[in-house]
Amino acid sequence: MDDQISLRVTRYRPDKDLEPSWQDYDVPLREEWTVLDALNYVKSDIDTTLAFRWSCRMGICGSCGMNVEGEPRLTCATFLSDYAPGPVRVEPLGNFPVARDLVVDIEDFMEKLPRVKPWIIRDEEQSVDDGEYLQTPEELDAYKQFSMCINCMLCYAACPVYGLDPDFVGPAAIALAERYDLDSRDQGARERLDVLIEHEGVYGCTFVGECTRVCPKHVDPAGAIQRYKLKAAQQSVKAFLLPRALQR
Amino acid sequence: MTQPRIGDSDLLYRRPVSVWWWTRKRNYFLFVMRELSSLFIAWLVLYLLLFIRAVAHGEAAYVDFLDRASSPWLVAVNVVAFGFLVLHTVTWFSLTPQAMVVSLRGRRVPAAAIIGAQYAGLALVSAFVFWLVTP
Amino acid sequence: MKFSIYPFIWLAFSGGGVMAAIFLPVLAFLFALAFPLGWIDPPDYDHIAAVVGHPLTFLVLLGIFPVILIHAAHRFRYTLYDGLQVKHKGLVALLCYGGALAGSFATLVFLGNALTA
Repeated sequence: MDDQISLRVTRYRPDKDLEPSWQDYDVPLREEWTVLDALNYVKSDIDTTLAFRWSCRMGICGSCGMNVEGEPRLTCATFLSDYAPGPVRVEPLGNFPVARDLVVDIEDFMEKLPRVKPWIIRDEEQSVDDGEYLQTPEELDAYKQFSMCINCMLCYAACPVYGLDPDFVGPAAIALAERYDLDSRDQGARERLDVLIEHEGVYGCTFVGECTRVCPKHVDPAGAIQRYKLKAAQQSVKAFLLPRALQR
Repeated sequence: MTQPRIGDSDLLYRRPVSVWWWTRKRNYFLFVMRELSSLFIAWLVLYLLLFIRAVAHGEAAYVDFLDRASSPWLVAVNVVAFGFLVLHTVTWFSLTPQAMVVSLRGRRVPAAAIIGAQYAGLALVSAFVFWLVTP
Repeated sequence: MKFSIYPFIWLAFSGGGVMAAIFLPVLAFLFALAFPLGWIDPPDYDHIAAVVGHPLTFLVLLGIFPVILIHAAHRFRYTLYDGLQVKHKGLVALLCYGGALAGSFATLVFLGNALTA
């Protein structure tokens, strides 16, 4: 194919630039290429200085999230030909500080995720000799959808609340909290509730719903958040009306 | 020579959020319109309160209120307000299934049923009020 | 369990949203559009006074109007924060919820005055 398409890519060199700028690259418009393929072509054939994250190139590692034409997307799952005749704007993943070129600083998310304790919490661990924790298919279905999160953070890039208030815990963290709350093996719901009942927790969400729309794994974080709001409200009413009953 | 590391806040670039962020994407625009419906809902409650006040002040006040309510400017405002109220109702009903998981006899109630039930409730209440109020 | 006010605010917001969605359409349609514009003949005064002044009307409207106003206040507050990025957060909260409170008080007064019992 002789067709070409132009990529308009953000460049930011922290030691040289005060703010980002654009750089245009012409890449072949191959029918089966993704935006990630195009970026790798740029790096190998045109400009080795371009920095960007990627890994599995098959939509499971969550590394290659960027804003393509303003939309948060996994670049490995975004076909170049969908944007013909171009140009295609490729920017760093939205709502995160830019470290260099297309690489964003994700420290904020890395700090928030452990806050919601996304692991099985038990009052008492079963001894290994007692065997595995058993779970029925129905019990698995209760949380499976929320376990599909690959931490790609496209939802944070899509969330206007996170964009305006970086203190907001955010869609993926809450969806993962819900994933563990709903897991029949888990007994840590109360601990997560204390983190998420605050304004920067679930109640900062105004149910825009964009997070669910951009999620490549159909996790539906917006749904998780609204369900969490209701759950927290029910617990609060119960605790308010029957103070002694809150002893689990 | 120390290289800049990711996490050196001095060298990270934080992109500013424009005050027009909500005009750039259709879904964001619809979201803000949905939220703006709150203003018109508050107006409609105020309007209804003024109506009640007029009724309390006697027949002349009631007739006068209806007369003033038919003036073009007020009608225009109320038509717009009604439009936003419809936006509120439609979006509220369609979002409920995402916010609430309802289980009946071990099975999850489908979204369409939840939405349908809400519209049924709306129809019921509307029919009742209509019957109550109209001569 | 940690106490937070936010769940209760959210419950009021949600309840108000449901009330607005279910009750306001017919009320707004009849009293703001159909009757003033003559699409439907308005009720004669005795009839409407009896309906508005009925104790049940008093109770129902006193139940739904304030919570609708809280819903609207809460939502509009966040429209200002997120949409217009208004920074005076305390002032906005005061004006919004204060307005809802004033409206709720007005509801009580106007409905009370209309009571025919």
